[in-house]
Amino acid sequence: MKILVTIKRVEDYESKIKVKPDGTWIVTDGVNYRANPFDEIAVEEALRLRDANMPSEVIAVSVGSELSVNEIRSALAMGADKGILVKQAGWVDSDAVARCLQKVIEREKPDLVLMGKQAVDVDDNVTGQLLAEYLGWGQATFASKHESLESAEEKAKKPGVKLAADKASVEVIREIDGGLETLSVKLPAIVTVDLRLNVPRYASLPNIMKAKKKPVEELDPKALGVDVTPKVKVLKVEPPPARAAGIKVPDVAALVQKLHSDAKVI
Amino acid sequence: MDFSLNDDQQRLIATARKFTKEKIIPVAQKLDEHGTFPSEICKEGWELGLMNGEVPQEYGGLGLSTLDHVLMQEEINFGCAGIGTTLAGNNLAAMPLILAGTEEQKKNYLGQLTDSCSFAAYACSEPDAGSDVAGMRTTVRKVGDEWILNGIKRWITNGAYANWYTTFARTGDATDRHKGITCFVVPRDLPGVSVGRKEDKLGQRASNTCDIIYEDVKLTKAHLVGAEGQGFKVAMKTFDRSRPWIAAGATGIMRRALEECTKYATERKAFGQAIGQFQAIQFMLADMAMKYEATRLLMLKAAWNIGQGKLDAIESAYAKAFGADSAMQVATDAVQIFGGYGYTKEYPVEKLMRDAKLLQIYEGTSQIQRMVIGRSLIAAASAGV
Repeated sequence: MKILVTIKRVEDYESKIKVKPDGTWIVTDGVNYRANPFDEIAVEEALRLRDANMPSEVIAVSVGSELSVNEIRSALAMGADKGILVKQAGWVDSDAVARCLQKVIEREKPDLVLMGKQAVDVDDNVTGQLLAEYLGWGQATFASKHESLESAEEKAKKPGVKLAADKASVEVIREIDGGLETLSVKLPAIVTVDLRLNVPRYASLPNIMKAKKKPVEELDPKALGVDVTPKVKVLKVEPPPARAAGIKVPDVAALVQKLHSDAKVI
Repeated sequence: MDFSLNDDQQRLIATARKFTKEKIIPVAQKLDEHGTFPSEICKEGWELGLMNGEVPQEYGGLGLSTLDHVLMQEEINFGCAGIGTTLAGNNLAAMPLILAGTEEQKKNYLGQLTDSCSFAAYACSEPDAGSDVAGMRTTVRKVGDEWILNGIKRWITNGAYANWYTTFARTGDATDRHKGITCFVVPRDLPGVSVGRKEDKLGQRASNTCDIIYEDVKLTKAHLVGAEGQGFKVAMKTFDRSRPWIAAGATGIMRRALEECTKYATERKAFGQAIGQFQAIQFMLADMAMKYEATRLLMLKAAWNIGQGKLDAIESAYAKAFGADSAMQVATDAVQIFGGYGYTKEYPVEKLMRDAKLLQIYEGTSQIQRMVIGRSLIAAASAGV
């Protein structure tokens, strides 16, 4: 089984994010970068599926600047077999990413593509869906599972996305409003993963040392025939409004009054 | 001169830091309180490669450089020095074999450590011989082709959990002093080997420390590590390699103290403002930060030296002594900054102070380090270097 998994370089959510004074973007100086946490869940799921269905292969793909090779190496250090970087400096919108991935996928012909449901930088949540459309493949978004992240199944690193016995489809349990929905998706397919699918493994020291010997191929969007000129334009970036200081109310009656007249919640 | 860390180093730091944050810090206080051995953490740490770092790759280890190893150890010790000592213990037991063991011994004993999560211990100190290694009384008598081992070893890290002990014993007369000491690897399952009482310690309480008792243990040539009478040299060379690890314990404790204190100093208010606004506190924090930075440089230099193939006793001693003394001072100041809260178990700094104390004692006290340094200086001057 050939599994392709995407991994994006994003701002570390533990970094303090400040908006540039001119409102064009965020201040990137002093910000740490890391792999998108949802993508790490996708990598973990890919590794579990691989290990449960040997022989299999996991390819980690990123679209971004040359620095994104770091995040590909992170996936390799977790255990992925090889990497592909579609190198493009500067802002690339989700649609361009989807079209780059389409070309890579047409070349690599994976059986399954696993992706984070969204990247925690811009929270678009569209790349997986666009990609499925461009490829004409089936998709299952927000993959989750019944078992909790403390369950024995999780500790045994069992895949939550299950490959059918005939290997022609996968069963995906997805998070929907008010519950879970089970889908069967014909392969090849796009599956995007949600937060409660698994706990990503640590990059072990032996795997870190092996990772540097694994190949990472670099591709150019132009050579793939993809025009990455953004269709989405960032007009303005602004911080969320600062939280106003709280107030103290003398009694319950005053609280109810405030909730009704000021907060308008009752 | 380049102080930047390479990709692999940054990655191994990231793994160790994440493991420390998620697996060690949440349980450290409880393990310390009850003196509980961190079995679960060892199992997970072993799988990640946090236990046998310096065991060469030929024997299933990672073959990490001392530099990589200390970077990783600083992260672990940031979470808990007792757990740091536990995870490092195998490396100390393995080092005499790495330095002086036969191929057979390395394959067998080092292989055991890397095949599954298991432990080995370094057994040198005795009830009446700590700093005075050459004064040890554990004896080995040669009878035909065999050696008969008798004696008690004390303060043995991971002693109760170890499957084999790297043991130093006297083959010669007591008057031979260090020339009569020989190193043996002693499997725990040999008749006559037993584990004695466990120490109830001030700090590093998650680390297991106990007596190992040898009663007429029969050893053969297969157990001999290095040549007869060369044990003292092996022990000292081992310490030259291991002392930067103690400096890593010190940097871990100091960085934690600094992090806890800077955070507390911005939150705790007195006389109408955060205590971090007072120069008295700022000066203490500045001294703490300088000690951390200086120790880290000494540690990196000593570790780098070892990587260059120089087993330099004086560099390792600088890092160990300065680091241990600094960590004790910094942890004591951390308690001071926290005031009454710092003296209670509600906050983590009192544990840092208890844990730091051991750094000045084990693997050669701060006084012994100064002897090593002083003697090297005088010897160099006498030789006209």
